[in-house]
Amino acid sequence: MTLWTRTEMAARAAADIPEGWYVNLGIGMPTMVADQVSADREVIFHSENGVLGTGPAPAPEDADPWLINAGKQHVTLRTGGSYVSHSDSFAIIRGGHLDLCVLGAFEVAENGDVANWATSENDTAPAVGGAMDLAAGAKRLWVLMEHTTKDGRPKLVQRCGNPLTALACVKRVYTNMAVLDITEAGFSVVEMAPGVTREALIAATQAELIFQ
Amino acid sequence: MIDKTVASMADAMAGIQDGSIILLGGFGAVGQPDTLLDGLIEHGARNLTIVANNAGAHRVGLARLMEMRRVGRIVCSFPRSSSSVIFEELYRAGEIELEIVPQGTLSERIRAAGAGIGGFYTPTAVGTKLADGKEMREIDGRMMVLETALHGDVALLEAWQADRWGNLTYNKSGRNFNPVMAMAAKTTIVQAHHIVKLGQLDPEHIITPGIFVDRIYPLNGAAA
Repeated sequence: MTLWTRTEMAARAAADIPEGWYVNLGIGMPTMVADQVSADREVIFHSENGVLGTGPAPAPEDADPWLINAGKQHVTLRTGGSYVSHSDSFAIIRGGHLDLCVLGAFEVAENGDVANWATSENDTAPAVGGAMDLAAGAKRLWVLMEHTTKDGRPKLVQRCGNPLTALACVKRVYTNMAVLDITEAGFSVVEMAPGVTREALIAATQAELIFQ
Repeated sequence: MIDKTVASMADAMAGIQDGSIILLGGFGAVGQPDTLLDGLIEHGARNLTIVANNAGAHRVGLARLMEMRRVGRIVCSFPRSSSSVIFEELYRAGEIELEIVPQGTLSERIRAAGAGIGGFYTPTAVGTKLADGKEMREIDGRMMVLETALHGDVALLEAWQADRWGNLTYNKSGRNFNPVMAMAAKTTIVQAHHIVKLGQLDPEHIITPGIFVDRIYPLNGAAA
């Protein structure tokens, strides 16, 4: 069984993004999706802090201290890009103008609920950022995450145990084991990583799976 | 003649009261008015409520203000980061009150204040614990939560260029919360990297018009 690497997961998601889409990528692994979209394809990346048309990271010596993404990393602006205020940036998000948002998550439930901002046992201050706005506002939400936690617990579940970010909004999940759509009937397997068996996927998932 | 530039930091901070609600521009360090924060530390106002996206970093600026026990309450979307050590200490010790607001709701609550709107219904946070106890309503078939305007007594902001009327431009992602906060405080105080002559800014490119701005503190000393 060969699990997809983080780069392969990002590439798998990137392959499903059509040219012309406006896309917000969450902090962490989802940010890697941008590097998997070739520069000649016009996919426009949005960043919550008011950047529309985020380009690749600059060489360290070319970093502009005034130009960061939502993860506070230095970025560039691609030709045709623009800057907006936070107010307009979240009008873009909440107003349904983004074709897609890709977020990381702690858990995704079979009805599309997502939990990605706080864990139940967390004693530090919770930090929500723009996750709830993105989950509620983008035209479609995909989640990019490992199939299980580091200690092997399923992250695709019947009901989320962690505090929710938004209700019934995830359309598709890309994990290191499989690509799954969320349908009326639950998780539907679109593709599995090479050598992943149905049995292995079922064992790593705490919800029913539909195999097409 | 209108001239909103101030001659000293003491003039910039004049009249800020204990217990004020301070809207603080910036996203992380970018667009955050660090020089004005140093001025506020020097000024001495206490028992402040800070409204900002983040809760300060390291031991400077906002973090220093908190470390001096001058902030009783913070309203923000993302207090947690590897460098927000002071906030984490105070929060764990129960010495600072935290109100977590989704980032877009935070921005829109401030915009509502600046635009004279009492509140608004948003789909953000429906079904989550951040909507607990709030009024809910179904509009056009979708559940929404009522959020109310968030006013500031003072806004501390950073701009790139300013003229003596207080017309402002920003630099790249340094814009962020600054324009919306400029609208929402009784007194809006701006640190500006460059002071330009009135008329030098293209009217089509002014992002914040001077009507929203009260004081300009020039970062490079002399006004034009």
